[in-house]
Amino acid sequence: MSLLEIAGLSKHFGGIAALEALDLRVEPGEFLALLGGSGSGKSTLLRLVAGFEQPDAGSIRMEGRDLVPVPPHARPLNMMFQSYALFPHLSVQGNVAYGLKRDGVPRAERDARVAEALEMVGLAGFASRMPHRLSGGQRQRVALARALVKRPRLLLLDEPLGALDANLRERTGFELRALQRRTGASFIMVTHDQNEALALADRVAVLEAGRLVQLGPPRAVYERPATRFVANFLGAANVLEGQPDGAGGLDCPTLGASLRPAEPMPPGATACALRPERILAQPGASGPNTARGVVEDVAFRGDDSLLLVRAAGGALLRVSHAEEDGPPPPPGTALDLRWEAAALVPLAG
Amino acid sequence: MTRIGLWLGLGFLWLPVLLLAGYAFSDSRVPFQWGGFSLRWFAALAANDRLREAAWLSLRIAAGSATLAVLLGGATGWVLARRGPFAGRAIFGALAGAPLVLPEVVTGLSLLLGFVLLQAATGWPAERGATTVLLAHATTGLAYVAVVVQARLAGMDASLEDAARDLGATPWVAFRTITLPLILPSLLAGWLLAFTLSLDDVVVASFVSGPAGTTLPMVVFSMLRLGLTPEVNALAVVILALALLVGGVAGWALRRVGN
Repeated sequence: MSLLEIAGLSKHFGGIAALEALDLRVEPGEFLALLGGSGSGKSTLLRLVAGFEQPDAGSIRMEGRDLVPVPPHARPLNMMFQSYALFPHLSVQGNVAYGLKRDGVPRAERDARVAEALEMVGLAGFASRMPHRLSGGQRQRVALARALVKRPRLLLLDEPLGALDANLRERTGFELRALQRRTGASFIMVTHDQNEALALADRVAVLEAGRLVQLGPPRAVYERPATRFVANFLGAANVLEGQPDGAGGLDCPTLGASLRPAEPMPPGATACALRPERILAQPGASGPNTARGVVEDVAFRGDDSLLLVRAAGGALLRVSHAEEDGPPPPPGTALDLRWEAAALVPLAG
Repeated sequence: MTRIGLWLGLGFLWLPVLLLAGYAFSDSRVPFQWGGFSLRWFAALAANDRLREAAWLSLRIAAGSATLAVLLGGATGWVLARRGPFAGRAIFGALAGAPLVLPEVVTGLSLLLGFVLLQAATGWPAERGATTVLLAHATTGLAYVAVVVQARLAGMDASLEDAARDLGATPWVAFRTITLPLILPSLLAGWLLAFTLSLDDVVVASFVSGPAGTTLPMVVFSMLRLGLTPEVNALAVVILALALLVGGVAGWALRRVGN
């Protein structure tokens, strides 16, 4: 049985749909990332599961039990807030012990469990500190310890790494995943950062305008985006628009190319995704799955350079140029480009 | 330059007060004439039953109205800051703050009319006096407390209360353990503000008071007509000393709460 089952969940704010008939299951011990831009409904979904909002329609069941009529304080799950929401008038100890106190856990056990939780997030010895005397990274850990100390089966995390600076974010991400494995709890993490979602989650759910547009393991979502939105949002693939040529391919006049994906285009589909790193420069390339263009701009990105190539038909292609292939071609260079048929991913919407 | 400005400002504010206090220790009958050091006006003050009773009444009215203002104003501020948009919120907010900008004469007169109409309709309040003054002062104090509490709550992360609820606190427990301790300094500050406003009000009290409700400022004001004696100066020194004491204690308490 799934740990959490969401079915037909809808929520409107003043006539605007924040969530539209959303179905989602979360398995025990799973790390699920809810990925989407602002207004995608990902935070609304989290607040509905936590009980801070009431759905207009649909059901939320945890281990078979209907959660919708249950008030937030009685729901068997915990949440880590984006702002961390540490109680400023309580010490680290007071913050972490707060939830146990509410449950009436006796003093001795409470102290032991607080110590254990602080140990787990690497903050042993900080129990008597006040929140304003902690660094951003330490506050994040206190918030995590406070949410985990009640040993929830399900932990909700709202942008848990969002407020950290870049070098701390990566390390904390690894620690987050290690904690999730160690506790065996299911984590649902809301994020707008695709790298975070791909790196940490077992499955990624991409939301757009209140709808679930794709759900799957990170690699599958990255390599086989289902829609234009997912292709754009994850790794910023090129979306190539065209007309079906009647032979399972696409004619792409703006690119000046004809596309022949390895699998035939499904009926009605008029676009393919093509990742920048799957496009190769090959002088003299011609035929299907090739294009010609002129480099317009070059951006150095560390392990590769991103070329903006204006195709003969007027479309702008993003092409990755690996560092080990030598210096990137300067703007103004004419390029012959080609790609494998398998690199083309037909898009449904 | 800034130093000179500072001293000028301080002098402008405090020199009259210091003069007033100084003449309290003068032996002369005329309030602003030095007649040698004496404590006779403090002795006269201690013997003046009318002033003492008025002072005691003023303190009780101030404490009562400030407490009522904190209860009602705290609730008002919380509703305005936390209950989200509701129908009539803008009007409610504007009305709650109105006593801050209304001239005291208007407030006093309208409250008087209100009490008279209420008495005609229900028989209560049977007579105007300490109770009506207390209620009148509470309305003005309420507006101050509501503004202070609303500002404090607006600057406070609303997810703190959500976090408390998520950790198992019922709405009441979340309020008692998280919201209340965090707005306590504002409630104290609001109480002191309302207390002070009530203590030095003449205008509103003059409108809504009756024979049994003569507050200290009203007595002092009426003494003007008979001619002031340095007794009033002595009274000012006592009030000043009390105010400094209360202010000092409040400041110390607020700093402790803040840490």
